[in-house]
Amino acid sequence: MAKTAPIQLQVDDDGPLYVAQKKVYPQSVKGTFRRVKWGLMAFCLGVYYLLPFVRWNRGLGAPDQAVLVDLPNSRFYFFFIELWPQEVYYFTGLLIVAALTLFLMNSVGGRIWCGYLCPQTVWTDLFYAVERWVEGDRRERMRKDAARGTMKLQRFAEITLKHSIWLMIAWWTGGAWVLYFNDAPTLVKQLVTFEAPMLAYIWIAILTATTYVLAGFMREQVCVYMCPWPRIQAALTDEWALNVTYKYDRGEKRTSLKKANELRASGEVAGDCIDCYQCVAVCPTGIDIRDGSQLDCIQCGLCIDACDTVMTKIGRETRLIGYDNDLNIQRRQAGKPPIYRIVRPRTIVYSALISVVGAIMLYALMTRSLLDVNVLHDRNPVAVKLSDGSIRNAYTVRLLNKRGFDRVIAIDIDGPVNASVHVVGADSVTPDRPMIVLGRDQTTELRVLVTAPAENNPQKSIAVRFRVTDIGLGEVASATDNFVSP
Amino acid sequence: MAEHNDIDQVTGTSTTGHQWDGIKELNTPLPRWWVITFYITIVWAFGYWMVYPAWPLLTSHTTGMFGYSSRADVAVELANLDKIRGDKMVKLGAAPLAEIEKDPALLALARARGKTVFGDNCAPCHGSGGAGAKGYPNLNDDEWLWGGSLDQILQTIQFGVRSGHAKGHESAMLAFGKEGVLKKDQIVTAANYVRSLSGLATAKGYNAAEGGKIFAENCAACHGDAGKGNQELGAPDLTDKIWLYGSDEAVLIDTITNGRAGVMPAWVERLDPSTVKALAVYVHSLGGGK
Repeated sequence: MAKTAPIQLQVDDDGPLYVAQKKVYPQSVKGTFRRVKWGLMAFCLGVYYLLPFVRWNRGLGAPDQAVLVDLPNSRFYFFFIELWPQEVYYFTGLLIVAALTLFLMNSVGGRIWCGYLCPQTVWTDLFYAVERWVEGDRRERMRKDAARGTMKLQRFAEITLKHSIWLMIAWWTGGAWVLYFNDAPTLVKQLVTFEAPMLAYIWIAILTATTYVLAGFMREQVCVYMCPWPRIQAALTDEWALNVTYKYDRGEKRTSLKKANELRASGEVAGDCIDCYQCVAVCPTGIDIRDGSQLDCIQCGLCIDACDTVMTKIGRETRLIGYDNDLNIQRRQAGKPPIYRIVRPRTIVYSALISVVGAIMLYALMTRSLLDVNVLHDRNPVAVKLSDGSIRNAYTVRLLNKRGFDRVIAIDIDGPVNASVHVVGADSVTPDRPMIVLGRDQTTELRVLVTAPAENNPQKSIAVRFRVTDIGLGEVASATDNFVSP
Repeated sequence: MAEHNDIDQVTGTSTTGHQWDGIKELNTPLPRWWVITFYITIVWAFGYWMVYPAWPLLTSHTTGMFGYSSRADVAVELANLDKIRGDKMVKLGAAPLAEIEKDPALLALARARGKTVFGDNCAPCHGSGGAGAKGYPNLNDDEWLWGGSLDQILQTIQFGVRSGHAKGHESAMLAFGKEGVLKKDQIVTAANYVRSLSGLATAKGYNAAEGGKIFAENCAACHGDAGKGNQELGAPDLTDKIWLYGSDEAVLIDTITNGRAGVMPAWVERLDPSTVKALAVYVHSLGGGK
């Protein structure tokens, strides 16, 4: 780290207590990775800002928003999927897949998430773009900040403009967030006419504040000090993972272009790195990639673009900085060709795990029942003897109709011989086969009585199965409980 | 520490000057914003103390600037709940008793409300699920002393049994032995006769004809000639499998000797009409309702 500027410590008599945030002035850069980053930024922000407005027809009475978290009614809608609160395990599965995908990305190409997709990176990148557009590029911004004492009206206007745009973006970010929890067009209308619920305004305010502070001020501090992922990533990476790497085998010894030419002309060795500091200038976390793989590096690839630009200009081979690993550097130093092993046990295991968890989730989702039944046996009394000696057990039966329309179901039981079944509050049209209307998209709770004639008293606890059949669709659900004798 | 201006050769960072077996500790100070945030939380805590109840005093506590208390919050929420419940209970009170079980929403409300009220008021005697106990009827079965229709259940809950309320159920089982109506051997015979009504075994040397005669002269007035009982008088059916006090010979002898006069309070004075109604529906829906 000898080449980086030393950390500025606030020193008092007892030594440094804290270190001041070193403001980073990333310089604009053009190149492959910058283009990829612009593209991904546009995609991510586009999805985030526009998704609430996408419509999805679910029939009359159901919300027509493609992605909606309906908290009052405890429903989550995602295009063709509607999830009930007891199905949150799908999110658990999704989080497991997400974590494994993160591991896989990491073992293939390092911190792809951090560098290209993480919201902190995307919004910070956007805020930097605004800053650059209003205040100018790296040098200009540094100069203007240095001349803070003699602020002119124009500078004041610039700063005001920058913060106004930042706040507007932040406000849109918070605004888009609440749209996921309510019918978007309705809420937008309510928001502009100041008729939206207080909660919406509060959440917009909170997310406006976090976006403004995190993307405008905290920036790389979030990655370096607040985020756990750099620490985890360091523990997960291996010698084969491709990380943004300065190829010191090619770059060292750093020598100016002129001197290098002289050295080479005289048959001596000179590195390709001309020590131009362009990689440092463009870095959004303000580090020097040439110090090697480090916690502060989010691996956004912008230093690759910067270096490539310089290398092209001076007519040297590009990718002095590129996706590579130490192993290959050492191989090249030893005169061997580099090897790249994207397919290796680690990536195979991660991919397999992702496939397995994904397949399980998909299977569960495809085969999930839209009619469900839960049975809870009465605890007190567990069994009742009737005047004619027959035995009756009472159950709380909960029926779930996850379809968007009402339907009629019949309840049958397999239990004690000749047992009869009765639903409290329902008149059986067919004796011993109660039929119930289940309202659409809701739960119906019934009190069900099962009676075994005295002569068929099982004398012990036996299993009883409740079979629920949709009369129209033929869908069947069942649940098993016990029939107890006193 | 100022004297330790020791710079680590590899990283270029200063060290704290501490050494362990020659290994030095790098001085990596916290970021300034972190330290500032830490101080802000301390300041925030002071604000918290002032705004909210915080410090215990000898006999009370500091109340905070705005007199906030979470207990007051609960009181407000409970009042709101009562208000919401009030509207619904009015609807329940207005509905005819027979209609409640046919309306799923009303039934659910009546059962929910009934269950709570049952737990608070009825469970001590009848058990939390209405399973009853010796002398306290099981409300889940189909044997009813005073009738198991909705109206009859409602009436019993409202006015009670031997409760002292003018409209309460009154008649009681006579203490045939204590009052000297029947002699001891007659009581034993009667007890065995009663057992025979529901097919239970009778004692050795028991005279069935004598039993029938005693029953006809003393018991049939209330329990009926065939022992089928009479809900007008609260006389239980003696021919079925359900026994309020027990079917053993000794228990029956005790019953006939000392009589039975269980008491149930009149709830009309303690609970409001719609709550009593909910309770009646709940008891009826336990399973035994006629």
